[in-house]
Amino acid sequence: MIPRAKLKAQKVEAAQALLEGRSLPEGGAWITRARKDARARLETMGLPVKRDEYWKYTDPRRLTDAAAQDATLHDMGDEAPLFDTFDRVKLVFVDGVFDAEASDALALDGVEISTLTEAGAHDLHWARDLYGVLEARAQNPVERTLASLNTAYATEGLVIRVTARAEKPVAIIYHRSDPQGDAMVHHLVRVEAGAEATILENGPVAARFNQVMEVDIADGATLHHVRAQGRDHERAGVTHLFARLGAGSQLKSFTLTANGALIRNEGVVWLDGAEGSAHLAGATVGDGAFHHDDTVFVTHGAPRCESRQVFKKVLRHGAVGVFQGKILVDQIAQLTDGYQISQSLLLDEDAQFLAKPELEIYADDVKCSHGSTSGEIDPSQLFYLRARGLPEDRAKLLLVLAFLAEALDEIADPDLAEDLRQRMEAWLERRA
Amino acid sequence: MLEINNLHAELEEDSDVKILKGVSLSVKPGEVHAIMGPNGSGKSTLSYVLSGRDGYEVTDGSATLDGESLLEMEPEERAAAGLFLAFQYPVEIPGVGNMTFLRTAVNAQRKARGQDELSAGEFLKLVRAKAKELQIDAEMLKRPVNVGFSGGEKKRNEILQMAMLEPRMCVLDETDSGLDVDAMKLVADGVNKLRADNRGFLVITHYQRLLNHIKPDVVHIMSHGRIVKSGGPELALEVEENGYGDLLAEGAA
Repeated sequence: MIPRAKLKAQKVEAAQALLEGRSLPEGGAWITRARKDARARLETMGLPVKRDEYWKYTDPRRLTDAAAQDATLHDMGDEAPLFDTFDRVKLVFVDGVFDAEASDALALDGVEISTLTEAGAHDLHWARDLYGVLEARAQNPVERTLASLNTAYATEGLVIRVTARAEKPVAIIYHRSDPQGDAMVHHLVRVEAGAEATILENGPVAARFNQVMEVDIADGATLHHVRAQGRDHERAGVTHLFARLGAGSQLKSFTLTANGALIRNEGVVWLDGAEGSAHLAGATVGDGAFHHDDTVFVTHGAPRCESRQVFKKVLRHGAVGVFQGKILVDQIAQLTDGYQISQSLLLDEDAQFLAKPELEIYADDVKCSHGSTSGEIDPSQLFYLRARGLPEDRAKLLLVLAFLAEALDEIADPDLAEDLRQRMEAWLERRA
Repeated sequence: MLEINNLHAELEEDSDVKILKGVSLSVKPGEVHAIMGPNGSGKSTLSYVLSGRDGYEVTDGSATLDGESLLEMEPEERAAAGLFLAFQYPVEIPGVGNMTFLRTAVNAQRKARGQDELSAGEFLKLVRAKAKELQIDAEMLKRPVNVGFSGGEKKRNEILQMAMLEPRMCVLDETDSGLDVDAMKLVADGVNKLRADNRGFLVITHYQRLLNHIKPDVVHIMSHGRIVKSGGPELALEVEENGYGDLLAEGAA
């Protein structure tokens, strides 16, 4: 057998082993069909394995093993719960299951919210045009079958439709009560033409989690997405953000990650209408047994769109950071403006940063740039601060926060950005 | 106040490169001393060794501020003890707002000296008043430290930091470099406002012109890592007229 076919067989076998004896969840007609299709994708393409080019820097085994590893619950008592000080509609998941009692009423002017279970039971729900659709589309040119696994088996999730400018954010809060757990959550967000909303997410869903968020942003609409992934050290998870952007629409997505044995955040953005704008950003702080992977794929499928990727990682004590970022510019996407920067600050010689920036351009009149750097704290900056009286620890902290600032700047709401910055400062200070 | 005695220093990574070869000088409270000398004479190294920059190895001699030995201290401890270095090349720090930087520095020093930290309101009032004197506008205070600042703006920012930190002993390293006449005057005015009976200045400069604006009490000529001649302000004028050649020949003799 040629190696490629052998790899494929290995992947398919792994998928079969995982799926054996596992029946699809109950649901209405359309969602059952979508789940069957997703399962078929997974069976055909197989599960990711370490030898996949797309998983070269991150071993997927912990995500694909039949059994999930436990993760000690992190005591978050040293700070106020994130987003609690903001006026928002709070929607709570406990160990990956929606908790209506702990949540606010699913009511907000200009926003319709229901659960995936409810939506799946209705034959004519709009969700059927989105559930698994962007995920399926995102399997080409690169397979992302952990997302197909999610589409096939997730029963939990929120279905959010934004029809006007929402007054306040929708905050999805994940709590863990169980050190064990293996959860899948699948959210759908549809922002109708001209509408605008902010979706916040906080916390790891479970000891192991697999998240999908499919987002459709219609013409002239805007979605802000700000996410923090909690501080549990031993958690492992993969998240997928699939977004389609209509003409003149905007997406801004920011993720803050601290700690975690393994986190892979995939962002797959499709600029489908002219003059769309997509910004994806991430700030990551890793210390010790930490592996964090940002994998981003932005497709410019229409002219005059703008995209921006800003990913910053601060790593030490053996922490590993990965960035795979691609900008694909279709032939029709003239006057594309694409930008990508990935940077790591390595605080000691044990930390590692692996970056794979890629551009693939088929249009002839575009502006695309990318950069990737890896470095230590600048000794001349450190001396300057110390010469002004800042103790060494304090000076380093200030420089670390300064390094992350460019990613935080991608958050549109300055109060949210400042809140996250202050939390990061406090975490770093306590661990200094 | 500042006592430097027989100070010897070499490059840490190459002990064959000896830069300071026995510098001695003494600045009393209220005095302004100028150090002049050709490029490579060790003027800037002296400022770095005093402020504690990495890369230099002190092999002999001492430097004390108010009787406390500076050389064993960390850079931040020297700052808290009252030493301030105005950098020849102020460092750009993207991502740190000038205001945040100033406030953190002022409060770090107050804390180290056992004083209460300034509240946000007190600090703001103080910084606005001092910035105005140096013609530093609110916009410049909001921008990241020195990022995109012109040469003149950077130097004015150094003087603003000095005014905010109120050090005992100010070392100005080539503060006139890269400044046009107007900017130099503004910077010199800022320095002159800080002259006080209990504060000393060490002004390092290549040219005499800065000393027209900041009148020194004592002028030292430095060459090959030593002070070869000291005198009054007239020494600076001599350099202006005849260059360093004659003085150095004399000093070597």
